[in-house]
Amino acid sequence: MEGLLNASSTMLFTAFILYLVATLFFGATIKEKNSEQKKSGFAGKLAITLTILGLVAQLIYFITRWMASGHAPVSNMFEFVTFLGMCLVLAFIIIYLIYKLNILGLFALPIAMIFIAYASVFPTEIAPLVPSLKSYWLYIHVTTVALGSGILFVSFVAGLMYLIRQVDQRKRDARVVSLEVVLYFIFLLLGFILISSVFSAMNYSAIFEYDLNGKRVMTEYELPAIAAPNESTLVTEGVMKPWFETPSWMQGSHAGRKFNSVIWSMVVGSALYGLTRLLLRKRVGAAISPLLKKVNPELLDEINYRAVAIGFPIFTLGGLIFASIWAQEAWGRFWGWDPKEVWALITWFFYAAYLHLRLSRGWHGEKSAWLAIIGFGIILFNLIVVNLVIAGLHSYA
Amino acid sequence: MKHIKCECGHVNPEGTVLCEACGKPIEGNQHIDGNDKKKLLNMRYEGSARRSTTFNKSIVDKVWSFFSSVKVGVWLIVIALIASGIGTILPLEQYIPANAISRDPAIFYPETYGLFGKVYYQLGFHNLYSSWWYLIILASIGVSLVICSIDRFVPLYRALKRQKAKRHESFINRQRFYSQTEVVSQEEINTVKKRLQKQRYRIKEENGHIVAEKGRFSRWGPYVNHIGLIIILIAALLRTTSFFYLSEYVWVRDGELTVIPGTDSEYYIENKKFILDTYDINDKRFKDALAKEGRIIPSNFQTNVTIFKAEEPEVIGVEEDLVKINDFEIRMNEPAKFGGYILYQQGYQINEFSKMTFKIYQLNDPEAEALGEFTVDLFDPKTEYEIDSEFRVEVVEYYPDYTLTEDQVRSKTKDSNNPAFVFNLYPPGSEDAEISFVGDVIGSAEDLGIDTSAVDLQPMGNVIGSFAPSIDPTGENQYRILIDSIEFDRKSGLSIKRDYTIPFFVLGTLIFMIGVIQGMYWQHRRIWIHPKKEGILLAAHTNKNWFGLKKDIEKVIDGTSIQMVEEQKEDD
Repeated sequence: MEGLLNASSTMLFTAFILYLVATLFFGATIKEKNSEQKKSGFAGKLAITLTILGLVAQLIYFITRWMASGHAPVSNMFEFVTFLGMCLVLAFIIIYLIYKLNILGLFALPIAMIFIAYASVFPTEIAPLVPSLKSYWLYIHVTTVALGSGILFVSFVAGLMYLIRQVDQRKRDARVVSLEVVLYFIFLLLGFILISSVFSAMNYSAIFEYDLNGKRVMTEYELPAIAAPNESTLVTEGVMKPWFETPSWMQGSHAGRKFNSVIWSMVVGSALYGLTRLLLRKRVGAAISPLLKKVNPELLDEINYRAVAIGFPIFTLGGLIFASIWAQEAWGRFWGWDPKEVWALITWFFYAAYLHLRLSRGWHGEKSAWLAIIGFGIILFNLIVVNLVIAGLHSYA
Repeated sequence: MKHIKCECGHVNPEGTVLCEACGKPIEGNQHIDGNDKKKLLNMRYEGSARRSTTFNKSIVDKVWSFFSSVKVGVWLIVIALIASGIGTILPLEQYIPANAISRDPAIFYPETYGLFGKVYYQLGFHNLYSSWWYLIILASIGVSLVICSIDRFVPLYRALKRQKAKRHESFINRQRFYSQTEVVSQEEINTVKKRLQKQRYRIKEENGHIVAEKGRFSRWGPYVNHIGLIIILIAALLRTTSFFYLSEYVWVRDGELTVIPGTDSEYYIENKKFILDTYDINDKRFKDALAKEGRIIPSNFQTNVTIFKAEEPEVIGVEEDLVKINDFEIRMNEPAKFGGYILYQQGYQINEFSKMTFKIYQLNDPEAEALGEFTVDLFDPKTEYEIDSEFRVEVVEYYPDYTLTEDQVRSKTKDSNNPAFVFNLYPPGSEDAEISFVGDVIGSAEDLGIDTSAVDLQPMGNVIGSFAPSIDPTGENQYRILIDSIEFDRKSGLSIKRDYTIPFFVLGTLIFMIGVIQGMYWQHRRIWIHPKKEGILLAAHTNKNWFGLKKDIEKVIDGTSIQMVEEQKEDD
């Protein structure tokens, strides 16, 4: 058992490294003359091969962890987000095989890696399934949702590339600033991953006691407490004293701890961003944009739309239809207006609106690219905020 | 109706933008699809005559135009999207947690979320998804789906059916993909034709004019999926009626036989045993996660039941006979199905107090001999208990489900989940009562670290009972009342459903998925070859995936003198 689990972790790490190396080779294809021609150069072939090898490694991680735990590893935040990263890679490979656009890998793989790194912030122990999750629909529903989301993420990647390529960086207007804000959010996520990994490597722990619904409960901080839980006392000795308390209107279990994580992400992410700006001496968008000069923006727009066209039916199937069938099996109601369900519906509404807007003139290109970014934001909101902040059937942490 | 005759001889209905047969832009109608200001033709719906863009005089016309507009449809979707989002900011009324201050929404929202909660409640957002305005939004989307589909499907179908291979030159050269080749041999055209057929294009020819077409059926995808959605909306409407949808809930104690609500007393249920299994904290696989979680994790909720059917007695007035239907093991995700009803494992209560026995002791008595005892049946508590005609105990307050919140004592529910009492004890011969508070066994068990939602208290209840507080608020009491023994019940919560709308939902969903896949995974591609003098004009159109169409064209003209199509762009 231990051996299997260790092998599993090793394979996940291997996959991560392979994706990293593949990204570098995708980067190397920029120097090749025809970045979007049918015949891919050596670097491009090597890069896609490495990506496929990485996916195979991650599949081995998935299978071995399944064998070790006895259930498909999609049952908690760590497992699900890791799987989502894997689906993004799979979706990228599918789109790559259609369009043979090397530079897509330079953007898609790092996003997949961010997902995998973000997943590792959550507890990685194999957790038992509660009775409501004991159903083969868990596998069917979750894997289909993840695959659909993964494909929709490709539309985000293409949209982001489109904007970096097309938005004129010479003058500072709303579009330039908005694009920079999107990039800044990626830095915040990186900041969160970085600081969490550092303190988790140090085994940092600070325990607070506070009252929740008339009961004394404890919460463990794995980052030094800047914001303590509302009306709490620090139990652990020899750790940093909190600077202030989380306001009382922030509800829910571990609200203080989550708020504290947000503060840390802001601080570290902003520092990372600031440092990058200092080194680049220009906006991050402006720094990346020359890499994309040779890419045909129409092709990026097409990939953006195509990914939605392919991903939307799969997302509908997994996120709404299979979800309803399972809910019917488990609770006898296929729809219950649970926040997670509602946000799946919102995602569906949003992409349905996107597909209808594509019918009109004037919504292609830049507007579509912005829509793809908002869509990605909605899916992430459902993944992160709804799971971790709004309590409901899917609350994991 | 005014008909418009095109120069090709085809008679088009009023409002046509592009001739159904040859595609020639019809003079005077170009503003409808915005072609007058553009170089490229707007190919949506093939430039066919739609009711919504043709007539705009009567109110019916105006309503029709309103709901058939994609713009309005998108706005409706966006409004539904935002409204749905608002409904998730705070929990819905049905999701107010059991341990909340109050389950009364008028108290819960303001108390928990302050002013924002109060406004949220007053606006009715705690039941947003069943509010009249939310339903109107959804209904409008439904109306829009129907009108949009009819408005476009019929003329589009006509136009695609009547299209001819021979197209007007002004149709060809205003396509997005277009090229001109001066000299092309017939041989080369034949090669192209063969290759097109190999790629499964259907070819139609007319005096050397060729149209190659494939995937036309994908054009019907949107209309098919809209039909599916309409069926789903109708099913949702039906589900609000009690004939189509029945939902009830029943609590059954271990060993109890009771009628199943909602079945017109036709079915009875006997709870043989409720089973709660938990994960072993020493389980090799899960011990790390269980240790981190720090509480017991259930692995199975199960009720073993027998279902009976009541047979009408032959003689009126005689009690009806119960005929056994079957034994079931109901678990999460494994409901029991019988006679059109489905029973789901929904809840449980393993430590429901049924009886509590109290003993009276003299305070500071070293031998601690009981002076009297009395038993309270918690399903039928009395107001007063006489004990061997010596002591008399008056029940002043009874909290079946005691809780203490911010210095306020109250009962969370009416169920005896955690009883607590305030007694007036009248010693023998005395008219003056002593007040004592006894109860909150669950509170003391939790203080001892026992997870009372997962652990049976039955065997240890008596011991824990002796830890439960017995408080003398005055400090002048001579006697005290202690819990001697407790009896618990286990009960299982089962929900009963009967839903005749399911087949409609399944049908609607199926049709929707077929339509979506049809529309998204296939594309309608057409390639036109228009002979001109020695050479040809080549044009192509698709509703999506231009990249794929381009690759098709590259393949078929490979090695011939035909020019690859260029992507024509608007000048602006």
